[in-house]
Amino acid sequence: MAKRIDVSGLTAYYGSHKAIEDISMTVEPRSVTAFIGPSGCGKSTFLRTLNRMHEVTSGGRVEGKVLLDDEDLYGSGIDPVSVRREVGMVFQRPNPFPTMSIFDNVAAGLRLNGNYKKNELSDIVEKSLKGANLWNEVKDRLNKPGSGLSGGQQQRLCIARAIAVEPNVLLMDEPCSALDPISTLAIEDLIGELKERFTIVIVTHNMQQAARVSDRTAFFNLSAVGQPGKLIEIDDTERIFSNPSVQATEDYISGRFG
Amino acid sequence: MDTTQIADAPPPTQPPTAERKRAARGATRPGDRIFLGLSRGSGILLLVIMAAIAGFLTYRAVLAISKDDGNFLTTFEWNTGVNPPVFGIAVLAYGTIVSSIIAMLIAVPVSVAIALFLTHYAPRRLRGPIAYVIDLLAAVPSIVYGLWGALVLVPHMNGLFGWLNDYLGWTGVFAWQGGAARSMLTVGILLAIMILPIITNVSREVFRQVPQTHEEAALALGATRWEVIRMAVIPFGRSGVISASMLGLGRALGETMAVATVLSPDFLIHTSLLDPGGGTFAQNIASKFSEATEFGRDALIASGLVLFVITLLVNGAARAIIARRKEYSGANA
Repeated sequence: MAKRIDVSGLTAYYGSHKAIEDISMTVEPRSVTAFIGPSGCGKSTFLRTLNRMHEVTSGGRVEGKVLLDDEDLYGSGIDPVSVRREVGMVFQRPNPFPTMSIFDNVAAGLRLNGNYKKNELSDIVEKSLKGANLWNEVKDRLNKPGSGLSGGQQQRLCIARAIAVEPNVLLMDEPCSALDPISTLAIEDLIGELKERFTIVIVTHNMQQAARVSDRTAFFNLSAVGQPGKLIEIDDTERIFSNPSVQATEDYISGRFG
Repeated sequence: MDTTQIADAPPPTQPPTAERKRAARGATRPGDRIFLGLSRGSGILLLVIMAAIAGFLTYRAVLAISKDDGNFLTTFEWNTGVNPPVFGIAVLAYGTIVSSIIAMLIAVPVSVAIALFLTHYAPRRLRGPIAYVIDLLAAVPSIVYGLWGALVLVPHMNGLFGWLNDYLGWTGVFAWQGGAARSMLTVGILLAIMILPIITNVSREVFRQVPQTHEEAALALGATRWEVIRMAVIPFGRSGVISASMLGLGRALGETMAVATVLSPDFLIHTSLLDPGGGTFAQNIASKFSEATEFGRDALIASGLVLFVITLLVNGAARAIIARRKEYSGANA
């Protein structure tokens, strides 16, 4: 299930503006990789190139290669829609569909992908909600709207929705930045469990969070405003936070700038 | 794990004191007081006007209906000049409702499709010009639509009517004897064109407000563009489209000049939508008002009251539909 991501020479543009330049990295399956760096350094943009969401923005354009195992996501003849079915995403703000019930939210992706019988569907929904540690809280109100849940519950609902389709990779774009500490803790615990099954990439502004949840950490930076963001280094999380090989990384994590 | 480190503690908000509450109601500073008076006054004025219209219509209607020798609701006749007068609204109610239903059946899907095209499919540089042309449609006076309908649309309906008669004539609803196409179907089509701009514009505004995050949520699940629209855009805009349709329906129910110009009225209910004849409330009032006696006018006003009630019922029904699924509304996002 979980697949390796292999990025080489990736550059992304918004129109004529170069947002990130020449990024190469490898993400191992069944691991958590955290992206850290100051605002505007392009870590979210880079994340969105991994499931071809970047090109949804008008003027969004990508050069370079992203291999998922051996398949180039930007190869000719690759349908971005099928890429996104393989690479799931959780967003910064919880965004359950307000017009759907909790059940329908989780089933939304499955219904896109094909015909499931009713009991198959409810089995997968239950499994996904359990996988997102939400089942016990919502099992009695699956037919109520998802917008009635708390922020943290909504975010776990979005995670359940994303994992219901069994993606190979799960991308998370600052999934806890709109949540309180308790809900954040719940999501972080969940990430620890999910990495048994998925390759996880998480963007975070919270360095303690990166240190807590990730196996490897990538530090992004930009030389000046308007300049493209670059990958400064990627290494084991422990090393990045104890003994990084680049001075800029140390300055950033120790709070000397950014 | 130490969760306190995660929180970027927001500044605690102060509990509202009595003074803050008063300020929130907005009646402490002179400017606030003036604005409060103005907005409250406008609200009350609106209610007063509605009540005055209803009162006027009811008073004159009662005068007329009390002297009606036929049943006001079921009579297929409109003779106010004879003694005793005989008149009823059956044909008018039927014609008004049927022509509006035809108009809605055509206009709503087309409008929603145009709105979706403008918000999600059309190239950016085409969006402005197309929206402008649709706005122009709304600016055409209804008498011009009526003249166009009578002079251009009616003669050109023969082909469609013949085709409908050939294939669906056996149903009775689409049977055609070959008369001029001054019938309910033609009126319905003309009304559809007239209400298209308002439904399109409001729907487009609603679809434009679908939060980016919902569309991205659908995209990230591997939805195609159409699936994004089906999962996120249309459900979010649903209540707005219903409201838009009600605005259009209001115009279709009350449209006067265009209907009066195109229809050749009589006081019969025709089973076939293609048969010339029938009538609507507004058309009947416009055609008869100038030559009506004092009593005849009261009778027409009575029919106007029925139109007023129908419009109220339709709006109430639409609100009920919207309210029934309130907890699933996109506004909860």
